[in-house]
Amino acid sequence: MGYEDIAESVISGDIDGIQAQVDRYLADGATANEIIEQGLLGGMAVVGKRFKEGDMFIPEVMRSARAMNDVMVMLEPLMMGQAVASAGKMVIGTVAGDLHNIGKDLLSMVLRSSGFQVIDLGVGVTAEAFLEAVLREKPDVLGLSALLTTTMPAMQQAVKLIRSDPAAASVKIIIGGAPVNAAFADEIGADAYAPDAGSALETMQELVSV
Amino acid sequence: MKFTVIGERINTSRIAVRDAVAARDAAYIVEDVKRQEAAGAAYIDVNAGARLGHETEDMEWLLATIQSAVSVPVCLDSPDPRLLELAFALVSREPLVNSISLERERYEAMLPFLKGKECGVIALCMDDTGLPQSSDQVVERAISLAGALEGIGVPRDKIHIDPLIQPIGTDATKGYMALEAVRGINQQLPGIRTTCGLSNISFGLPQRKFINQAFLALLMGAGLTGAIIDPLDDRMMATVKTVDMLFGRDEYCADFLSAVRAGQIV
Repeated sequence: MGYEDIAESVISGDIDGIQAQVDRYLADGATANEIIEQGLLGGMAVVGKRFKEGDMFIPEVMRSARAMNDVMVMLEPLMMGQAVASAGKMVIGTVAGDLHNIGKDLLSMVLRSSGFQVIDLGVGVTAEAFLEAVLREKPDVLGLSALLTTTMPAMQQAVKLIRSDPAAASVKIIIGGAPVNAAFADEIGADAYAPDAGSALETMQELVSV
Repeated sequence: MKFTVIGERINTSRIAVRDAVAARDAAYIVEDVKRQEAAGAAYIDVNAGARLGHETEDMEWLLATIQSAVSVPVCLDSPDPRLLELAFALVSREPLVNSISLERERYEAMLPFLKGKECGVIALCMDDTGLPQSSDQVVERAISLAGALEGIGVPRDKIHIDPLIQPIGTDATKGYMALEAVRGINQQLPGIRTTCGLSNISFGLPQRKFINQAFLALLMGAGLTGAIIDPLDDRMMATVKTVDMLFGRDEYCADFLSAVRAGQIV
């Protein structure tokens, strides 16, 4: 069985059609895990790639994510405790003094749809709260967002605090937001900068694989 | 009154501007702001916030450079009252101050700064819970901001409410929400001014120029009185001038026709 039709429905965001397809696969004896890993995640991998290449756009990615999430809800009772392989784990938040959520929310959605586990700390997150979350969640990557020039120092403080704690220091840190850039990432000791959600997905995959 | 264009180009987040500021390349800045003025900018927005540790000296240099080159006033763009206080002492014409919001820290720092100053104020409909979620919420926040500013003596026609435009790509209702918000603000606060950075509407979508241009016309139709845009964007300025003309704000179609002759509307 190919699961191509399910992947195709994820890519086109066919929210109505995909459920009937999944029902047919289940009736033919497919397991929830096979449907998720080969159908859904296979489809989302294409979505992520096309989004990165500028061939798909945010509303289309949201529609694909919605189709996928609807199926996940459907399949959850059938999983019987089997874990879906996670692509990696990220803690994300917008830094203290900054309440912008759109970029962070968008990236969270793209990452979740691509199999990452995302713990979203919200907006206005203090350096201490980031540290606490890194110690608690042990993520592969910490994502920091800042949309104001005046909150760039808060980003710097968060990185500094994380790096000063031996139990947290090794987490990979990726930053994003309108006023920041790769030079600033270097300057404050972050591992990477991503200009948009598509590149952030790719950078995440690189950071997790090393 | 004609639509108020606030020229957004002088921002050290933009690489070309950051480089020019770092190199103290006055010719670059002078050329840029002269073109903005010629294109119809009513204010030149100045944001010197992106070179951390250099904000003060960058702001001082930019103000000196810009104000000797153009006759339109500046819009001082910073959330930091200390930087604004310093900049305010250097302005030669009554500026706009960008901005105050309902975020507690900024609100409490900005109100004492603004008290007694001769300036216009941009007031963002943002509070500690984040972006507004409905047009009613925008209007409520606008009423709070206007009340506070009028309470410290800022006349209503110097208050520029920014309803905060959010991307249509992540929520299909955000365009209509903004239009309803502008209509509601004008209804509840007659005589108030409104402005916004409207290109956020098309974030993440292709062919943004068409979205921005149509949205600008719709916002002007809803009663928006100004916007923070790039005056060197010919399409946007063509929309501004054409809609101003269609609203009867351009006697004998004079500005429209001179923009056509100047090759700005083609």
